Amino acid sequence: MTVPVVERTVVINNPQGLHARPAEMFARLALQFDSEIEVIRESLRVDAKSILHVLTLGAAQGTKLVLHARGGDATEALEALARLVDSDFATDETLSQESHG
Amino acid sequence: MKFIDFVSREAIRTCVEVEDKEQVIRSMATALLESEKIAEDQHESIVEAILKREELGSTGIGRGVAVPHTKHPSVTELVGNVAVSEHGVDFDSLDGEKVHLLFLLVSPPDRPGDHLRALENISRQLRDESFCRFLKQSQSPADVWKLLEEADNNQFV
Repeated sequence: MTVPVVERTVVINNPQGLHARPAEMFARLALQFDSEIEVIRESLRVDAKSILHVLTLGAAQGTKLVLHARGGDATEALEALARLVDSDFATDETLSQESHG
Repeated sequence: MKFIDFVSREAIRTCVEVEDKEQVIRSMATALLESEKIAEDQHESIVEAILKREELGSTGIGRGVAVPHTKHPSVTELVGNVAVSEHGVDFDSLDGEKVHLLFLLVSPPDRPGDHLRALENISRQLRDESFCRFLKQSQSPADVWKLLEEADNNQFV
């Protein structure tokens, strides 16, 4: 049986970009899945499960990122991560973070 | 963005042996105050804003590194400093490890791009294991500064 490989493109839309708090939310969510997940920005390819790696993307508003997952729950993983990005990381916590740093 | 663009040389501290997250953040903010990067009457407000930010989620980003930060209207440019703790500080990091290396950042509210570029620089450089290890082993602010300069000159990547 072949291991599922899934890819999808997302765009960072929140004005602050993929700063520490969104990066943490992103890595934390990615960690919940067994699949190997990578985030690709042009020639840069990083581990979605590491905040340190995600932050190296320096993804400002408008940045296009490709999410690449390989594993049994690849589809679910990318679905969840894309939903997080599409929501602009918009939980009440993030909104309050926008004003406080 | 380079380290020397936002790290205040006079505010670097090594051998910072404190009990907890609040103490290390407080001592780093005090170092910025002592090097006149932040105003005395804003010190407490900045410390509280950074602690409030930590309540939302730890800025411990893994590999023994944390980036406590806040936006604050009292600064006109991004200011930051570095602290090294040999024993480490509990920081509720995602990977559960104690934090030995901290970069504290205070940025003007209207400059999110600078903040993001500083985070990008810190995280990119720290992916280099030897750079990260050397920084944590630094015994003096001069050692830290030398390493930051070397990283800025691309000697690690």
